[in-house]
Amino acid sequence: MARTVLTSPTKEVVIGFDQPFVMIGERINPTNRPKFSKELGAGNYWRVKKEAEAQIAAGAQVLDVNVGVPLTDEAKIMEEVITMLQTEVEAPLVIDSSVMAALESGIAAYKGRPLINSTTAEEEVMERILPLVAKYDCAVVAISNDDTGISEDPDVRFEVAKRIVNRASDYGIKREDIVVDPLVMPIGAVNSAGKDVFKLVGRLRHELGVNTTCGASNVAFGLPNRHAVHNAFLPMLQAAGMTSAILNVYDEGLVPAIKAGDMLAGNDPDCANWIARSRPKPVAGEGGRRGGGGRRGRRG
Amino acid sequence: MCLTMSEEPELILADLSDDDLVEQMKDDLYDGMGPEITEGTKILLDRGWDANRILSESLVEAMRIVGLDFADGILFVPEVLSAANAMKGGMELLRPILAASDTQVSTGRVVIGTVKGDIHDIGKNLVGMMLEGAGFEVFDLGINTSLDEFLEAIDKHDPHILGMSALLTTTMPYMGVVIEDLEKRNMLKNLPVMIGGAPVNQEFADAVKANAYGPDAATTAELAKTIVGVNR
Repeated sequence: MARTVLTSPTKEVVIGFDQPFVMIGERINPTNRPKFSKELGAGNYWRVKKEAEAQIAAGAQVLDVNVGVPLTDEAKIMEEVITMLQTEVEAPLVIDSSVMAALESGIAAYKGRPLINSTTAEEEVMERILPLVAKYDCAVVAISNDDTGISEDPDVRFEVAKRIVNRASDYGIKREDIVVDPLVMPIGAVNSAGKDVFKLVGRLRHELGVNTTCGASNVAFGLPNRHAVHNAFLPMLQAAGMTSAILNVYDEGLVPAIKAGDMLAGNDPDCANWIARSRPKPVAGEGGRRGGGGRRGRRG
Repeated sequence: MCLTMSEEPELILADLSDDDLVEQMKDDLYDGMGPEITEGTKILLDRGWDANRILSESLVEAMRIVGLDFADGILFVPEVLSAANAMKGGMELLRPILAASDTQVSTGRVVIGTVKGDIHDIGKNLVGMMLEGAGFEVFDLGINTSLDEFLEAIDKHDPHILGMSALLTTTMPYMGVVIEDLEKRNMLKNLPVMIGGAPVNQEFADAVKANAYGPDAATTAELAKTIVGVNR
């Protein structure tokens, strides 16, 4: 059973088939945010810190860190942001860049075991990324496209993912350290985008035995009321067997929907997490619970 | 909604006057009704309408309204795609006629492509559709387009505008590479370059000396019209 272990100096998060769904916060990303881009370029990281804290408060267990601003020294920014974040928050991080030097500097600065985002099955990309993943013993997101592009056929995408897993093993990278991104297309442009992913996630889990993730917010590109689409999509992904996603934890109702999904998928023993987060707050003047000292750590 | 529609008497396009038919076609294209657009185009041709006039007064005009509502957040991506597909049906009838006549009044020719190393094409395809909707002839080079492929297409199609797209911060500098090469060849004077894609902004466009930055498909089509002098 695939267990992808991500760590920071003080925290461990496991992505796995029997684990609660891992919510990776997507908001540390300057794309289409001019102010954020400008600040990053100027070495001003206050918004990174703010987004990190707010996303964790909203329920994110892991944070994606993308500092891609054109015409800047992304490697330097990545290194500084990773170092800063690890002094401010405990959550493990995803180092997300399409610039090789930024991935390298981010990994080198990182304390613990990060998730690297990402490799594809393109030969040139695998040759650059996989040795880095092996060298630092971290986990990697594997996107199921290759030199020929993104196939619309989920079975082709399965074979592409399999090729990455096989190639990674040549570098000594374990299957459990590969988190496959089956690629979520916008449903507004590709009408089978949802069911393609559900089918592919099932095959990746049962036939290839790997964890999965995706950029969930892509699905509703160009549609109205996007967050309601996300709120339906994520539990459907959970039901299909997906084990993590990069998403917007600020979407109203999304985090509770995923937590309920964990419970319904059988990954919340005794419904304890669900109850703990959903128990009605005691009304002022009336007492709360009459016994217990707050749940202690389970024995055994 | 289905109930209301079934209660309405069926609309016979062939029974409409020219003016009413053109109005109806604009509504139908806006609503993405492909077969109706094909039928309406046929009827107008049969009535002796000039292909250019059908194109400009019904199809292009309808797509212009689609573009405006898309830019204003009233219409959404799947609706724009449906409208563009509906237009295609009409264009298939008109294109051979337009190509055969020497009075063709296309808005202009545009070569577009996603640059080398980049395989993202949904936004670029939308731009292509909106440009076609605005009456441009669009030559779409697809994804992963190299400098040589751009040069070859420019040589072959003699476009009024070159459009490039990239979705990655790693691939967007390639747009600058292409522009620089065009400058060296002294081709930039006669070939305005438009660029776009999620990480692209005006600042980047200025830095790589692109003529225009298209933040979305509808705006890009409007900018293209301005560049070739249709919007004045």
